[in-house]
Amino acid sequence: MKLTHIIPLVSLATAAYAAPQSFDFKDPKSVNNAVFKLDAPLESINGSASGISGTVSFDPENPAATTGKIIVAAESLTVPNPMQKEHLHSANWLDVAKYPEITFETKSLANVKTDGNVATADVTGIFSLHGVAKEITVPVKFTYLKDKLGSRVPNLKGDLLVIRANFVINREDFNINKGQYEDKVSTTIDLSLSIAGAAIAK
Amino acid sequence: MKRALQILALVVALGVPAVWLATGANRGWTKTSVPVKTLDEVTGIEGISYQKKFLPGVDFLGAGFGGAALLAGASLFFRKIKINNH
Repeated sequence: MKLTHIIPLVSLATAAYAAPQSFDFKDPKSVNNAVFKLDAPLESINGSASGISGTVSFDPENPAATTGKIIVAAESLTVPNPMQKEHLHSANWLDVAKYPEITFETKSLANVKTDGNVATADVTGIFSLHGVAKEITVPVKFTYLKDKLGSRVPNLKGDLLVIRANFVINREDFNINKGQYEDKVSTTIDLSLSIAGAAIAK
Repeated sequence: MKRALQILALVVALGVPAVWLATGANRGWTKTSVPVKTLDEVTGIEGISYQKKFLPGVDFLGAGFGGAALLAGASLFFRKIKINNH
């Protein structure tokens, strides 16, 4: 084989190896979750959402190029008190019938640090909630688990990407009862995202 | 009737806190489900699922005492039956 033939083949192989992978965050194991917490006088309101989907394009060789969108089905937000859940879903609060999705779409990454299979970054993106889209920056931890999909989902080969993020939003920024109920429910909401996406090997 | 309402009020007033104490004396709001965490060993993510469980809170206590007070109050509208031997 001539050298002129080898060079394109090597380039192609390198490009294929370095190409970003698309991770699907629709979790067949229903483990992915977003936890939320609001302070309130008697006890804090703690709940979680499980209806998570979306895709993230991640290159373990270049985490700074990560792009993607994570979607949380507003209807999947749950709290242990049925009345609180009804209020949360109602038109007075999240209005899940009108605004069925809570989304975060990446725009850029900064302060990217890599340590083995773990990368951390400040991810700036558009957070949409209750019909309001706002740019926010969130500290995110990416853990790339090569060839681990089979350990989680038998008969499938591929990689996993675990994303963890803890951040705070203000409900008033998203027109959720702005200036109201401040003595009953805090305006700040603590959010914690723990999700795993799969990239099936082709 | 008066005596029956008073006994019922007493049963409710004693029974409600007894149930509240027996189920863990939850000082928050009443819950009808509790979160159960399960660890996904591959990803290290703690999954959250909800198990149906009635956990009475302070609102349950308040409603119980309120109900007992109503029953006791209602009993005042009934007169004691006087048995006249003559």
